[in-house]
Amino acid sequence: MEKTLKKVDIIFEIDDKQSPLSILEKTIKRSPDEIILDLIDSGLKGRGGAGFPTGLKWKFARNEDSETKYIICNADEGEPGTFKDREIIDRVPDKILTGMAICGYVVGAKEGFIYLRGEYNFLLKNLQKRVDDYNLGMKKLNFDFTIAIKSGSGAYVCGEESALFESMEGKRGEPRNKPPYPTVAGYNSKPTVINNVETLVYTSMICRMGPEQFKALGTSDSRGSKVFSVSGDTPISGIYELELGMPLNDFVNEFGDGDTKAVQVGGASGHCVPRKKFNDTIIGFEGIPTGGSMMIFNSSRSMYNVLHDYLEFFTEESCGQCTPCRVGCQQLLKGIEAVKRGERPPAYLDDLKKLTGTMKIAAKCGLGQSVGNPFNSIIDNFREEIIY
Amino acid sequence: MSTTEALVKELVEKNGKTRNSLMPVLQGIVQNERYLSEEALLSVARELDLSAADVYGTASFYTFLDTVPRGKNIIRVCKTITCHMKGKDEIVNSLCNALKIKVGETTHDNKFTLLTANCLGWCHKGPVMLINDEVYPDLTPQKALEIIEEYAKVAQ
Repeated sequence: MEKTLKKVDIIFEIDDKQSPLSILEKTIKRSPDEIILDLIDSGLKGRGGAGFPTGLKWKFARNEDSETKYIICNADEGEPGTFKDREIIDRVPDKILTGMAICGYVVGAKEGFIYLRGEYNFLLKNLQKRVDDYNLGMKKLNFDFTIAIKSGSGAYVCGEESALFESMEGKRGEPRNKPPYPTVAGYNSKPTVINNVETLVYTSMICRMGPEQFKALGTSDSRGSKVFSVSGDTPISGIYELELGMPLNDFVNEFGDGDTKAVQVGGASGHCVPRKKFNDTIIGFEGIPTGGSMMIFNSSRSMYNVLHDYLEFFTEESCGQCTPCRVGCQQLLKGIEAVKRGERPPAYLDDLKKLTGTMKIAAKCGLGQSVGNPFNSIIDNFREEIIY
Repeated sequence: MSTTEALVKELVEKNGKTRNSLMPVLQGIVQNERYLSEEALLSVARELDLSAADVYGTASFYTFLDTVPRGKNIIRVCKTITCHMKGKDEIVNSLCNALKIKVGETTHDNKFTLLTANCLGWCHKGPVMLINDEVYPDLTPQKALEIIEEYAKVAQ
């Protein structure tokens, strides 16, 4: 039986009675510990892709003993197939700023930064105005927190949190070794909370509506809703806020063009799910998590071309700092080209799969570690398309 | 003092004489001069008291911080998967034909540089291109040509 997906309207909803600034005004009358408990209770996990529990992150940063702490909004959205943060920044910027300010109150930070990717520079003018207005609003509340915008310059890897700090510090965007984690030593080596755009909006909305309403949505492992970026072979591409924990089959019934062959869940660094697995695949932390990217491919698409595109992307965007990623991405790309041309036997693909295993263990950051996700899921499910 | 030196001084004054200002300073130069000349890089190194190699090392990491001369208008066509599926090759080809350059090149009159870029975040409205900071989604080859004609007029 076909089930319809539960559409949700939390992120983009405009509440005429309660401005984002008034949510801040109300929230800072409560104790920081209470707010943290609410966030933990809500079950909110990071919406950028990694899925770390937001309440815990804030708690860790609050527990750090430091005069200076920072709040950073990660708006370096660069995962192929993801465009939801751009829409959120464009339509409801004040909700993001409210999330940052509440976070500042909770952890004891006085400064916040939005790191906006250079590809979204056209948003700068309006966003700067909203930030200026909001800073003024906080001043009127006698609330000591200021927000500023920093721009990126076209490097995917800067979405990785420690690379982002490096970039803000005027350096090459090369990820750092972890630990220490950002809540201990982040921007300028000070305790830092870095959250995705969408996560920050949910924190402000949970402060408004309470954790109950939020956790009533989703499943026990994946509480709440999520904004999805739907693209590819679909008649209705765009941005949709949906309840988490849906079977992929229901998603395809709603968004597919009737000829769906595979869905890439989680962008280029995510997993490719073939039709035969639509029924068993849950979109959420218990199944395949996603930062929101859902790219749909129909039967006219060559999965070799899809994989080739991804590998070219990673080869270009690898920062080059660590050998497993720098050389690994190149060899995977050259490898599938060689198999396609018949210069290498099909069994060479298994050697390449082993290489992704090495990259997963040895690469320094999520970029190199996750190249195996698309590689293995496409090789395993569409092997013949890669060879012939 | 050359105009580049004056610009660097002004940007350093505005952003502060610290390492953390390096990105905004470099971005400000690119905004005004479209690329980072050797003169600009050396001047930044001097003003921020960094080694020239360090400044160049940082600049060359970032796609949008060009260290080779660029035209007055920089076109970046998204080449990532969904834009690829929606026909970015046709867009690139029609721009190459109209401008009589290949990807990576600049027109003789210095009005346009044509580049490709990784995912620009408009997958639901591909193919898409940026011209400088402006975005143009839902392209067709015809639309792309009309848009650059407008830029060509302004650049005259």
